[in-house]
Amino acid sequence: MTAVYRREMKAYFTTPIGYVFMIVFLMLASAVFCLTTIQQGEGSNIAMYFTILIFLFIIIVPILTMKSFAEERKMKTDQLILTSPVSIAGMIAGKYFAAMTMYTGTLLVSALNFYTIFKFAASNAAPNVASIIGNHVAVILVGSVFISIGIFISSLTENQLAAAIITVAAILVLLVSGMLSSLIPFYPLRVVVNWISIFTRFSYFTYGIFDYSAVLYYCSMTFLFLFLTGRVFDKRRWG
Amino acid sequence: MIKIENLVKRYGANYALDDISFTVNEGEIVGFLGPNGAGKTTTMNIITGYLSSTSGSVTVNGIDILEEPKKAKKLIGFLPEQPPLYLDMTVEEYLNFVYNLKGCTLNRYKHLSEICEVVKISDVFHRLIKNLSKGYRQRVGIAQALVGNPKIIIFDEPTVGLDPKQIIEIRNLIRTLGKDHTVILSTHILPEVQAVCDRIIIINNGKIIADQKTEEISKAVQNNRRFNVKICGPKKEVLSMLKSKVGIVYAEELAEKDGDAFTYMIESEPGVDIRKNLFYTLAEKGWPLIGLEGVGTNLEDIFISIVDGGGEDTRRKKGPPSKQAAKQEDETSAIGGENK
Repeated sequence: MTAVYRREMKAYFTTPIGYVFMIVFLMLASAVFCLTTIQQGEGSNIAMYFTILIFLFIIIVPILTMKSFAEERKMKTDQLILTSPVSIAGMIAGKYFAAMTMYTGTLLVSALNFYTIFKFAASNAAPNVASIIGNHVAVILVGSVFISIGIFISSLTENQLAAAIITVAAILVLLVSGMLSSLIPFYPLRVVVNWISIFTRFSYFTYGIFDYSAVLYYCSMTFLFLFLTGRVFDKRRWG
Repeated sequence: MIKIENLVKRYGANYALDDISFTVNEGEIVGFLGPNGAGKTTTMNIITGYLSSTSGSVTVNGIDILEEPKKAKKLIGFLPEQPPLYLDMTVEEYLNFVYNLKGCTLNRYKHLSEICEVVKISDVFHRLIKNLSKGYRQRVGIAQALVGNPKIIIFDEPTVGLDPKQIIEIRNLIRTLGKDHTVILSTHILPEVQAVCDRIIIINNGKIIADQKTEEISKAVQNNRRFNVKICGPKKEVLSMLKSKVGIVYAEELAEKDGDAFTYMIESEPGVDIRKNLFYTLAEKGWPLIGLEGVGTNLEDIFISIVDGGGEDTRRKKGPPSKQAAKQEDETSAIGGENK
């Protein structure tokens, strides 16, 4: 696992992918931060910042994950890993943690934006630190779900572009379905959509509630998609 | 060392491998020979644990590849048909990655530099794989298979796409490796296995049709009854002489022309060596014989030789005999047609 992890991390920086990811992420995050807090003046609201931030994942996550298995399969390097004494789980974990490291690292850099608020806001207007930390944890978890979905989709194809586009679509659907659930006339279906919706659960965090069931939900979703990725490899092997 | 029993791989209704069994002993160099699509790569992928079989078992040194894949995979170094290279890495980074991946415990620096010496890639050690030529990439692929000093090395078509000089180098390298490793190599080029291997397994349509020592197969090739002869002399007369000559069952003129010499293809009666006799006859007539070569150093001819000679029993072992025989005839005639 560590070998795969280290190679992935190196690959992010020997190819433009890592830099593109960080630039796009930090640029967008800072722009959103500016617009939702500093420029809002009195009506500023960090909840808005985090809500828009998770919508940025539609663009950001595919950059990180499109290559992961699609490229390996195209270059047949998966053959090296799968014939080495490494388990499929270890290989997937290596990829996942590498993507998570890139993502979490960049997110933490973007968190420096808050420094400006603490520095310049009036002491009684400074945002709640606990809420900021809680929201960051939630953003990390939501990102983790999307990354595992991205990795799963990447394992289905050897075409990076296809992987990226499908990942965009999948994340979009997952986010928007929660927002539009109120339009569903059939109540039981609305409940189900709300339950599945990543967005609905995220909204509790923006209200300042640290929802453990949501944490569990995000972890389970991450695990589910990583597990399905493993199944893809099993299936291909036994196919 | 490697024991393969009743291996079957099915894709839907298609059998990629249909009940294959063989054993490879320690220290052997075994050539896996067969036309494209015969099932060579599938077999190798199953041995290395990349694919799983529909049924049957593969044990490596007594370890089942499905039950203890990690242990079994540690014993095998594998060079797939397309070397699994990360183009964005240097050779050094790549080999270090493979070293970590295989959980190697040998002295890193010493081990890797030894491998580089053996496969002659020390001079490109710090270069990006992206920028290497095909020959070098192939060697980096071989180097990768050698990391961890596995007992068994499996090469899938190691010389495809290389230039003749590189082919010879790679073959020599494989022979050197064969001294202290068990090697399985697949190819569709007969001289390659003849040059390198102790034993040849011929596979076609997912079935083993021959499993013999290299000398035996070479003998089968030499027993070939077809020759191309190049004779200076009047075309029609030469041809009619060849056709009427005792011991020749078939003669035809080929399009090739070299000065006043023409090339003919002849086929002798089974068990008759026509060559000396032909020479004397031609000498009497005053038609110089300037070329004589056996036709039948390609795979199709080997198939014919083996099917004609002792290969039948191994071939007919499976399946309903009538259907099998009919199929075999089809194949033989198709191959014969190609040759003429």
